[in-house]
Amino acid sequence: MSKFSDDKMKEVEAIIARYPEGKQKSALIPLLHLAQQEFGGWLSAETMDYVASILSIEPIEVYEVATFYSMYNLQPVGQYVFEVCHTGPCMLKGSDNIIKYIKDKLNIGVGETTSDGLFTLKTVECLGACGYAPMMQLGKHYREHLSEEKVDQIIAECRTKN
Amino acid sequence: MGRKLLLEKAHVEGIRFFDAYRREGGYAAVEKALKMTPADIVEEVKKSGLRGRGGAGFPAGMKWSFIAKPEGVPRYLVCNADESEPGTFKDRYLMEFIPHLLIEGLIVSSFALGSNTTFIYIRGEYAWIVDILEQAIAEAHQQGFLGKNILGTGFDLDIHVQRGAGAYICGEETALIESLEGKRGNPRIKPPFPAIKGLWGCPTVVNNVETLAAVVPIMNLGGEEYAKIGVGRSTGTKLISACGNINKPGVYEIDMTISVEEFIYSDEYCGGIANGKKLKACIPGGSSVPILPANLLLKTAKGETRYMNYESLSDGGFATGSMMGSGGFIVLDEDQCIVKHTLTLARFYRHESCGQCSPCREGTGWMEKILNKIESGKGSISDIDLLWDIQRKIEGNTICPLGDAAAWPVAAAIRHFRDEFEWHVNNPELCLQQNYGLAHYADFREVVA
Ligand SMILES: Cc1cc2nc3c(=O)[nH]c(=O)nc-3n(C[C@H](O)[C@H](O)[C@H](O)COP(=O)(O)O)c2cc1C
Ligand code: SF4
Ligand code: FES
Repeated sequence: MSKFSDDKMKEVEAIIARYPEGKQKSALIPLLHLAQQEFGGWLSAETMDYVASILSIEPIEVYEVATFYSMYNLQPVGQYVFEVCHTGPCMLKGSDNIIKYIKDKLNIGVGETTSDGLFTLKTVECLGACGYAPMMQLGKHYREHLSEEKVDQIIAECRTKN
Repeated sequence: MGRKLLLEKAHVEGIRFFDAYRREGGYAAVEKALKMTPADIVEEVKKSGLRGRGGAGFPAGMKWSFIAKPEGVPRYLVCNADESEPGTFKDRYLMEFIPHLLIEGLIVSSFALGSNTTFIYIRGEYAWIVDILEQAIAEAHQQGFLGKNILGTGFDLDIHVQRGAGAYICGEETALIESLEGKRGNPRIKPPFPAIKGLWGCPTVVNNVETLAAVVPIMNLGGEEYAKIGVGRSTGTKLISACGNINKPGVYEIDMTISVEEFIYSDEYCGGIANGKKLKACIPGGSSVPILPANLLLKTAKGETRYMNYESLSDGGFATGSMMGSGGFIVLDEDQCIVKHTLTLARFYRHESCGQCSPCREGTGWMEKILNKIESGKGSISDIDLLWDIQRKIEGNTICPLGDAAAWPVAAAIRHFRDEFEWHVNNPELCLQQNYGLAHYADFREVVA
């Protein structure tokens, strides 16, 4: 089973140290982010149990949280996850067309991953980029003012990086 | 050109870093405040008339004066940077471009409230902004504005950035506190209010990013001077994030004396409707506040000019007015479909309901389903009445205001655009190919009660 590296363990300890004695459960959400990043982009039951053991809390306390927040993936995802916003303001600026374009181009539906495991398409609710719509989140960053050409570029960029 | 208090320096070269920020007069508010007593700072904020910028507009100074001060119990300040209300992206702008302004505001506010550990709770998706804030915090530490014995005053303060993980409800202050404790974001039943029992059971104040940043100009100018800017109970400046079908979407700092018309059409702000189209409707304060047709947006029901401030935007109540809310200004042009737009909002609230209260959990799902039906040409007239009925039964019957926030957009859409809903029902095929258009909203119409 995978564990945090020594370096990451230092980061974990620094996070826990932010909270008062006995309130280490507050570190749960940051630790799940770290775990998702380190262990393949999603949270397996094994990973969640591991996080529970670090914080000395019950596994159920971790499952409860992991299932509540939309940023945690409870299933494996592709290497690049396109999270396209489709709430009102993005819809006004054509997010539906962008979603359709990506679907056609990658030949997948929303929530699906390409067979090479490279891309997953998701729709998400407002990400706070409404003025720069249409937009998507890709990893840590936002890609804004999307057009078909821009989507092509992004896909090509991901493919070459790989 | 209106006066700018928050973003004036946002585009000075290097302002993201301490040196440039300090050179431009930054951290003077901390130097001034730490020579005052906490009670005097609270008094200045009261005098400023500053109202919470997170959506509800509650006077900040008054909120601060409610915090309990039991002996030997820590107090906490939490900065709400969850910013997830559709249409709202102002806090992001402030944190991205001028992060030290927020840090400075947090130091002054923490001192005023007696918080030695302050948290910035930021929505999880703003991951890169966490780095920007942590960099600013590290610099402030290095320069002696954070840490132990700040400026030799004996005041200690640490600021930590905590990321959320995708949940609009965590912007609600008690859900935010739950989340900060490592739990699901289920809002708490109030009372007790956070000022008495908040984070880890301790007295806590939760304020919005913009509110806490505004404490800096209040310190620098003095509360009374600050209160002279703006109009009536809308003092100071307000950040508005404008989006939708306009020429210049973006974040604008406004003096709350300008009219809505000026804000939309002036080149200094939105620059008019994009592609030469006509204005159809607008949600002036984030997705939760009532949508208004063009005529009621630009003028109140009494025919007076409507202004970009708390009082004027809410003039007429929900029958003919709206709200300042979070300052998320969403503009719809003549080609946009009100039913479809409302459907995306209903879907949003269904997705974001925490599920604790049945009216909200079930009601948001029903509203989405019915709107979907109407939008796809399969609805009936009785569906419109049912929709009205459901939203009425959610409003006021839930633990937190998300229920109301889900009900209001649907109510306002039906109130002002019922004919467009009926057109969908009566033209099941046509409505899939074209939109209802603008014609009917050019004149003031009788409002459905
Ligand atoms: C569903 C819901 C979501 C909210 N989201 C936010 C938010 O993202 N940011 C925010 O500052 N306030 C938000 N609020 C308001 C907070 O509960 C709280 O009133 C606010 O942070 C207080 O700060 P202020 O007085 O400085 O405005 C939300 C409220 C509700 C009911
Ligand atoms: S109103 Fe909705 S979001 Fe708020 S507590 Fe109830 S179910 Fe949760
Ligand atoms: S609606 Fe898409 S970012 Fe806000």
